[in-house]
Amino acid sequence: MQLISKWQEFRNSSRYEDRKGAVVKKSKNLMMTILKIILIVGISYVILSPVIGIISQSFFSDADSANPMVFTIPISPTLERYEGAWQELDYVSTLVSTLVYTIVNTLMQVFICSMVGYGFARFDFPGKKILFACVVVMIVVPSHTIMLPQYMTFRSMELMRSTTPMYILSIFGVGLRSGLFIYIFNQFFRGLPKEIEEAAFVDGANTAYTYFFIMLINAMPAVITVTVFSLVWQYNDMFYAKLFQIPNEALLARQLSTLQSNIGANLKIMNVRIQKLYVNAGVVLVMLPILLIYLVLQKRFVEGVERSGIVG
Amino acid sequence: MKKIHLTMAAKRARNGYLFILPWFIGFLLFYVRSLFMTVQFSLNELTVPPSGGYELDWVGLGNYITAFTGHGTFKQTLVTSLTNMVIDVPLIIFFSLFVAMLLNGKMKCRGLVRAIFFLPVLLNSEAISSTLSYAAQMMAGGLSSTSAEMAEATASGSAVNMQYFIALFGEIALPTTVLDYIVGAVGRISDIIQASGVQIVLFIAALQSITPSMYEVAKIEGATGYETFWKVTFPMVMPHIITNTIYTIVDAFSQSEVVNLAYTTAFTEGNYGLSSAFSVISSVITCALLALVVWFISKRTFYYN
Repeated sequence: MQLISKWQEFRNSSRYEDRKGAVVKKSKNLMMTILKIILIVGISYVILSPVIGIISQSFFSDADSANPMVFTIPISPTLERYEGAWQELDYVSTLVSTLVYTIVNTLMQVFICSMVGYGFARFDFPGKKILFACVVVMIVVPSHTIMLPQYMTFRSMELMRSTTPMYILSIFGVGLRSGLFIYIFNQFFRGLPKEIEEAAFVDGANTAYTYFFIMLINAMPAVITVTVFSLVWQYNDMFYAKLFQIPNEALLARQLSTLQSNIGANLKIMNVRIQKLYVNAGVVLVMLPILLIYLVLQKRFVEGVERSGIVG
Repeated sequence: MKKIHLTMAAKRARNGYLFILPWFIGFLLFYVRSLFMTVQFSLNELTVPPSGGYELDWVGLGNYITAFTGHGTFKQTLVTSLTNMVIDVPLIIFFSLFVAMLLNGKMKCRGLVRAIFFLPVLLNSEAISSTLSYAAQMMAGGLSSTSAEMAEATASGSAVNMQYFIALFGEIALPTTVLDYIVGAVGRISDIIQASGVQIVLFIAALQSITPSMYEVAKIEGATGYETFWKVTFPMVMPHIITNTIYTIVDAFSQSEVVNLAYTTAFTEGNYGLSSAFSVISSVITCALLALVVWFISKRTFYYN
């Protein structure tokens, strides 16, 4: 009896309402968190499931691929696929030349685009607005529009079937999405305080010194952002590689596109399903380097994007 | 020798020109020249003799007339590409904004989740993506079933689901067009996720740049989460929606069928003039579309600074 009267007392007091509000709020928050987790896990699964599929299939033996009972986890895993793909991709030498190509292009793009971005952000000169509009035009007009003239130009210079055209385009700031990179650097430099340069000027630094040793160091977030984008896009690019007929031995992406037919011709494997298993192993081998590079740069990349004023 | 004295401003201007000089040379040599050449090619019949170089043969608007009246698939391809673009772009933008808001808050393994969402950008290679889509099918239909069985299974599986949802939404009298759009979007969810990696990164950056005091004010004024989104978050990311839309449209265009058609017309069939005409037509339409979209959004944009 005593308990019931105590309860009724509590029920009528204002503390009850407070507690009720707190409980409702707490359960609402909990529901939101659960919903969030479900959504994130679901979307992550959509992204990851093909990758998981590729990785698991690259370990399948012939028997596994013919066995309808096998799903995702192979019964008799084999490294045969990797051996074949490794050999047919000519992995080590192709990887080295791909990395050289990608990294040299990236360095050129970071160097040139940061310079141009700085020029637009910090100096006043006649015609600046029109010239910057040209940079925007470069972003907006797809590079496919001008593929034929570029092909003809480099063909007449007899630079086809080599990586030289790409280097030339990068060093002149008109390479793969250079317009976007110039834009990113421009936005970032505009956001940096002017006092840094004024201090450098008062201390007697000239423009080149100020740019290389002061501004570029301060622009690290933007540099990281552009580096990651440039590395990834250059590594995956097939458009320019096909346009300039860069030889297969020079680029992993090119090698991968002919892997299936090479497996059929050189290893005498005619079953398309088994050829596909080799292609899966090849895809894993091609994915791995860029994934590792991204993981190394990832933390600084995310911070970089947030601080680089990339979004204007 | 007399030394020329420049004013401070003139010196700065000269240095500015020096900084942009490499790009300017490249822009004139490889970009402006190429743009003019594309237009020139499209007005000519272009032949490539084996000795090298090329020969032009003036045909006026002949290539354009062929493109619109003579060519078998160009018009359909162009219309399909543009329709896909128009349908996909708003979906990608809203999906990436939504995901960015999901990922923006503090949570455990944020780094890991963000890495996963950036994965499609890392794997966005022509050679890889075909294998990826094959693997996605495999995962959905079981690895070892034959492709015919698999197609049947996925088709009937999705048909059951779709039918159920269509009936469900039909009950609440949703217009058929809207319903079709939503059903189509659900069907292509995987493609949309694949295409929105960069946009998610950009939107996260945009959300981070909103000052927290805005949200504090909204909270003190008693705004609900829904109101806060429409009155604070949405207007603040509006300028970035323009950037993202431009990026998405250009990206979608560069992967569209019409670009493929122009490529094969030039390099497989050797019809360079016609291919240039395709390029010019599709680029002009894309740029017009971009201008229209940017004008439309920027009229509704609120600039904070």
